[in-house]
Amino acid sequence: MAANVEMRPDIPVEAAGGKTSSLGRDTLRNILRQRSAIAGIFILGILLFVAIFADAVASYPPKQSMLDAGEVGVRRGQPPCVHLLGCPDDQPQHLMGLDSNLRDEFSRVIHGSRISLMIGFVTVGFAILIGTVLGAVAGFLGGWADNLIMRLLDVVLAFPALILAIAIVTVLGSGLYQAMLAIGIVSIPIYARVMRAAVLSVREADFVTASRAMGESSIGILTRRILPNALTPLIVAGTLGIGGAIVEVAALSFLGLGAQQPEAEWGSMIGFDYNLFFSAPHLIFFPGFAITLTVLGFNLVGDGVRDALDPRLNR
Amino acid sequence: MPRFIIRRLLLSIPVLFGAVLLVFTLARVIPGDPCIATYGEKATESICNAFNIRYGLDRPLFEQFIVYLQTLGSGDLGYSIRFGRPVADIIIERLPVTVELTIAAMIFAVVVGVTLGLVSAIRRNSPVDVGTMIIANLGVSIPVFVLGLFLAYAFAVLLKDTPLVLPPSGRLSPGVTIPPLATTWGLQDLAGPPRVLLDFFSGMHTFNALVTGNWAGLGDAMRHLLLPAIAVGTIPLAIIARMTRSSLLEVLGLDFVRTARAKGVKDRAVVIRHGLRNAMLPVVTVIGLSLGALLSGAVLTETIFGLTGMGRTLFESINSRDYSIIQGATLLVAVFYVTVNLVVDVLYAYLDPRVRLS
Repeated sequence: MAANVEMRPDIPVEAAGGKTSSLGRDTLRNILRQRSAIAGIFILGILLFVAIFADAVASYPPKQSMLDAGEVGVRRGQPPCVHLLGCPDDQPQHLMGLDSNLRDEFSRVIHGSRISLMIGFVTVGFAILIGTVLGAVAGFLGGWADNLIMRLLDVVLAFPALILAIAIVTVLGSGLYQAMLAIGIVSIPIYARVMRAAVLSVREADFVTASRAMGESSIGILTRRILPNALTPLIVAGTLGIGGAIVEVAALSFLGLGAQQPEAEWGSMIGFDYNLFFSAPHLIFFPGFAITLTVLGFNLVGDGVRDALDPRLNR
Repeated sequence: MPRFIIRRLLLSIPVLFGAVLLVFTLARVIPGDPCIATYGEKATESICNAFNIRYGLDRPLFEQFIVYLQTLGSGDLGYSIRFGRPVADIIIERLPVTVELTIAAMIFAVVVGVTLGLVSAIRRNSPVDVGTMIIANLGVSIPVFVLGLFLAYAFAVLLKDTPLVLPPSGRLSPGVTIPPLATTWGLQDLAGPPRVLLDFFSGMHTFNALVTGNWAGLGDAMRHLLLPAIAVGTIPLAIIARMTRSSLLEVLGLDFVRTARAKGVKDRAVVIRHGLRNAMLPVVTVIGLSLGALLSGAVLTETIFGLTGMGRTLFESINSRDYSIIQGATLLVAVFYVTVNLVVDVLYAYLDPRVRLS
């Protein structure tokens, strides 16, 4: 796409930013022009930092009980104790209190960022990979292959996502990876449709006909000519999809179908402790806040990428 | 227009057949033996053999599918192994809970969402606009189960001694009753489809209390419905608010709006009659698409607020390997979802002639 911009004679080179302009650089500039996208990048930056340095940021190992850490007089669902906020100095500091198994909630929330980032990227990555292949085949071949693939995906879309995912997880068995696979499967149609639409829009374009005339193979046309043109909508859908994938896997974990204890996953932390809710609300509040903030970050950046890549939406 | 509707109807048949096949297959490949799940320790070989023969589980899968299709065709959803009752009975008893919740959530989402979107489009870049967009961004980001728990805590614990206190679980307070419509109206002898329909509407407490003039019951049922409805409705609300705003801003910049202003049409009339009416097209689509989110949210919300609706029932049946309920409930949801999407498509085509022609 970058090449297309440069070759158009009706756009003066200076207008495109003086020197050569690339799609990547333009996009970055457009993203940074939006306040909400900057907020999103800021949130994700913190999240990434916390995830990478989780062992240093957290006060305790995420699965360690305070009994094993040698503390006395601890109780289940103990409220936060922050020295700066007036908690007596002789008590050990627990920024977010203790959970029902006497583990430090703060350390668990911190370590949860690793799992959630992994969930987001792996789940959406899987869905994009399969969806792209299916969508490309459907759009490129057309005819019965197109019909078969798209009707199969319509069947998947005939169910509300979470309900189908619950059904799939019961077949695969409960577990974090099974939940991720289930959410990945129910997200495939989104990316397949995006890819198919992109393929259809350029399949008959002159530059594709030209490469075909020059003897390029079907695979070559698909990967070298068509795929680059489909990348933009895929990136947009993918970025916006990460937040959704994190929430949905967390929802499965909340229901007990995803990540299992003692894994420090936000959804399962809430699901495991929500019956203590009225006596220990911090056990819901902190992981809930962490999920919301993470998803907000991805959504803001996703909106920013979309607005930056689609000039028609610039208002 | 009729041709469009027929084509759209025909297209949903293979989808529904695929849904039936998928549901059937998923229910059969779920690991675990329904006999053991039902009888637990008491499941001996002879009991299980009799059990499998009784429910047709000893026959080949293909044959089971044909039998399933035949019973479905005659309007029979099968017999629940765990409850020992027909699946249709259980659905009629519990579906109204989910439908009532979904309708309440939808009303909340559309009314508040369109209003917020409208106000922020008119007062663009004002504090109201910025505030609405922050709420909209937070609203799509917060998971339903987190929001539900936050709301329950805020209204049942923090506001405990104020008039704003709301119950965090159940459908009615102890002592408040909403008798079935069949009893109230002396129609116990009614049978067949009319009775099913009557029981279904009767199960929606707010509707029941409204038509029977049971004001105490209505107030109590609505107070119980409020928190779950807000929890489920917030994501669609956020999407609808954003969609209304951007769509209205686009329409208000068009020539015919300027013409209307130029000929002296009042501001309010321009926005409502010329603007909002045209801006509603994409909003209608979003409302249809939100239904999936609403139904998914119902599973989580029913868990948190202790409501025995379809979502909760489905989840429990999966845990107890109750095939016929899993099939019946999932299928019902799929049929409902496909139908609503069909209605939305038709509505869209009706509102925007360009869709019909393409």
